[in-house]
Amino acid sequence: MAGGKDGQAGLRVVGRAHRKIDAVAKVTGQTRFADDLSLPRMLYCKLLRSPHPHARIVRVDTTKAAALEGVVATLTGRDLPTPFGILPVSQDEHALAPDRVRYVGDPVAAVAATSEETATAALELVEVEYERLAPITSAEQAIATAEPRIHDYADRGNLHKLIDLEFGDVEQGFAEADLVREDVFFYEGNTHLPMEQHAALADWSPDGKLTLWSSTQTPHYVHKALAKVLELPAARIRVIACPNGGGFGGKSDPFNHEVVVAKLAMLTGRPVKITLTREEVFYCHRGRHPVLMSVKTGVTRDGAITGMHFKSLLDGGGYGSYGVASTYYTGALQTVTYQVPRYKFQGARAFTNKPPCGPKRGHGTPQPRFALEVQLDKLAEQLDIDPAEIRLRHLVPPYTLTANYLRVGSMGLGPCIQKVLEGSGWHERFRKLPYGHGIGLACSSYISGAGLPIYWNSMPHSGVQLKLDRSGGVTVFCGSTEIGQGSDSVLADVTAEVLGLDPGDIRVVTADTDLTPVDLGSYSSRVTLMTGNAALQAAERAREILAEHAADKLGIPAQNVAFADARVFDIADPERGMTFAEAVQTAEAAVGTVGTVGSYAPPRSAGRYRGAGVGPSPAYSYSAAVAEVEVDPESGIVVVPRVWIAHDVGQCINPAAVVGQVEGSIYMGLGEALMEEMAYREDRNVVHKIPSLLEYKSPTTLEMCDVVTYLIEDPDPNGPFGAKEVGQGPLLPVPPAVANAVYDAVGVRIDEVPITPEKVLRAIKRRGKGEAGRVGPDSFPDIPWPEPIRVPPPWEGGDGKAVSGEPARPVEMRTRRGDQG
Amino acid sequence: MSVSKATIRITVNGDPVEVAFAPHKTLLEVLREDLGLTGTKHGCELGECGTCTVLLDGTPVLSCLELGVACEGRRVDTVEGMARGPALHPLQRAFAELGAAQCGYCTPGFLLTAQALLEQHPKPTRQQIKEALAGNLCRCTGYLKIYQAVELAAAWLRGEDERPGEEALYGRR
Repeated sequence: MAGGKDGQAGLRVVGRAHRKIDAVAKVTGQTRFADDLSLPRMLYCKLLRSPHPHARIVRVDTTKAAALEGVVATLTGRDLPTPFGILPVSQDEHALAPDRVRYVGDPVAAVAATSEETATAALELVEVEYERLAPITSAEQAIATAEPRIHDYADRGNLHKLIDLEFGDVEQGFAEADLVREDVFFYEGNTHLPMEQHAALADWSPDGKLTLWSSTQTPHYVHKALAKVLELPAARIRVIACPNGGGFGGKSDPFNHEVVVAKLAMLTGRPVKITLTREEVFYCHRGRHPVLMSVKTGVTRDGAITGMHFKSLLDGGGYGSYGVASTYYTGALQTVTYQVPRYKFQGARAFTNKPPCGPKRGHGTPQPRFALEVQLDKLAEQLDIDPAEIRLRHLVPPYTLTANYLRVGSMGLGPCIQKVLEGSGWHERFRKLPYGHGIGLACSSYISGAGLPIYWNSMPHSGVQLKLDRSGGVTVFCGSTEIGQGSDSVLADVTAEVLGLDPGDIRVVTADTDLTPVDLGSYSSRVTLMTGNAALQAAERAREILAEHAADKLGIPAQNVAFADARVFDIADPERGMTFAEAVQTAEAAVGTVGTVGSYAPPRSAGRYRGAGVGPSPAYSYSAAVAEVEVDPESGIVVVPRVWIAHDVGQCINPAAVVGQVEGSIYMGLGEALMEEMAYREDRNVVHKIPSLLEYKSPTTLEMCDVVTYLIEDPDPNGPFGAKEVGQGPLLPVPPAVANAVYDAVGVRIDEVPITPEKVLRAIKRRGKGEAGRVGPDSFPDIPWPEPIRVPPPWEGGDGKAVSGEPARPVEMRTRRGDQG
Repeated sequence: MSVSKATIRITVNGDPVEVAFAPHKTLLEVLREDLGLTGTKHGCELGECGTCTVLLDGTPVLSCLELGVACEGRRVDTVEGMARGPALHPLQRAFAELGAAQCGYCTPGFLLTAQALLEQHPKPTRQQIKEALAGNLCRCTGYLKIYQAVELAAAWLRGEDERPGEEALYGRR
């Protein structure tokens, strides 16, 4: 399919680069972020956070703080006893810790005062007596330490979640292989680092209604959490997600501070605002899990995979967050790029006394993708096959089912690989560059939205209402949340395309639980596909109404009515017609006020086993990347001058926005590959070493590489106009491509990220001494895995259900539990 | 906790302004809280991210590190004053056309830093742009569209009839 400017036949908006609808507000400073809001008589809230990684709270006394002039209210854990959490299976957080703190930064008490300075001063007056408990500082220590337990729920001791899934007999696969490799990899945790610090403002009305404005990516889930914890009817709570100043997954949980300001507003009858400091943003975290991985893969001489056994161990931090879903995701998408006939996945998530990990761009999949793509590079070398060739030979065919029952639709990875090979001059350069210079290839795939919602329900994932005004104005209402990825624009673009308008003609009202139908939120790269489809349905219904009555007026059949350039006309005689506004007036005169709704629910998943809820998606995007590196063997410094990336987005809605998402993904992947890490002092304190923007290294303009982007359009029938995701997938191939390029440049394997100069230098020195030129973990610990859930793959006669290993429970309950993210 | 207020006279976006505030306040706080100019954002309030950049007598400064009382008699320019009457400043237009603003939070700081650069260097090299913007962090764009937007705006400011590059809008064919 031809991409870009010329686009799909007949499309006038979709596929053509244009200004995003919020661009002008953003370049003029008019966009109102949460901290930009203030209300009369507003109070300022501050949270007192634990200085200990693990402790019992013996006593909290806010008497002196409450007595300070200007302090209006204080709160402790006793005031908000109901637990909450993003997943139904992990309701393990409290707005303020009632009896136990689990990481340095866990909130213990809150103060509302007439100024931020007074609130800060009052925190000093809160008395807290702690009884310190031994902290668990690493996932390995959590395995070894069953008691004391960080939480009183977990699959085993301090192992929050244990998964064992088997799709066919991998041992038989290894027996049939010509070569079997087992490698161990580590992917360090890192954080989202949105430029906007989280902020929330709550307002209570004496008529019993609560409003919360917040920098959240998931207003619907915040809405549910507030209703639960505050014990208010949800219909009396209004959550408005302000445009997020960057999210990347870091604003997807319901947060302590949101609940606290809401409660304080209810208690004081005054608006209450909180803006987290940058240091507090590091404590909120919910970022990339550190993951230790073992991958054993068997291949035939031509590189066909005969079996894969993947093990992952996640350091989850102090709370559940999305962790159950994250754990499943470290094992879910291995099967959608290259054919894997037999697959076994074992995953474990440990509780530790660190800020909780959660979903960051790529949610649980960049880590295994790093392992998989680096190991494939090693396998290709051993088999003497070009790394591109080994991938191209064994691509998953489009429109097939994988071993773990993921339904692959359109699949453009082949063209993606070809593009980056051509662009980078791969065949002239791979293994042919001088010492210190190298190139590396890696590929990946990502979901276009999760197939299941976070909590079990059978309602749509996205809803849209369309209001057509007799002025000709069209307003789209949708619960989706603009976090910079362009979700507001997608609604306008799709609506404009169907109704023959310009996106600039459309008004969009989003992310307000009072005004907009539910959309589940900006996570799992779901928005373009799901809200796009909901908007498409609403707009097509509106078009049908307008066409019917315009046809009556023009005396032609409804199917001959065309919409373009803000006109509605006879397709056979374009001069005969009316303005769009006249078409609305005609319809309104005939049937009354014109409005439509649209909604979207993903297709039913094929897998019916416990854990099948994570991985299914209406469509998978594909990416291939070649990274070029320059490695200084004296210093170990790795410079990445350029990345070539091809991304199969199905169909661009707005190509300029797609290119922007690709470039931003490469940037974030580059940071993870080379420098970004959540580092802790792992003594009894477990303090974050670097909770500041200066010390947490992220790429500036001086480190960012050039990016050559190719957009591949292999339309997927499930996407609006064929569109798939772009916001997360292109990040995934960057770290392994860089690691593979470092090997090409200096012959050393850095089997963990970030690939720091110190590690590169250490590997080069080892190689110089005749040892293996490698830095990375040496072993994967023994874990008490549960009985495996055995699911025969489709080609072994499986029907998606487990044949053993599952407790006897109704299938519906098993497959549709809240194990989702 | 009350302190007597300091009063200063400054020129903000061309308008003479007299403003009273607690004397410990930074220029960032005075702009956002006392003058209602929330277009200037903050990312750390420690001088680490460049988000709060404004122009002080035409020079980019981190408003979170500048005391309000130190600005007496000086000229402050913020993103709210960039547009030329009803029309966008060429930098604003270029950022909008190319998608150089994604979440838009760091954008005001980038725009003002770039404005100062273009006043000094009407035709900056890519390297000059990178160096001028090295103190501003952006987590969304990877900076590339920002460079392209600065180059496009520079051309417009020089009176050239430049158009957004095809590759910037559609990727490489």
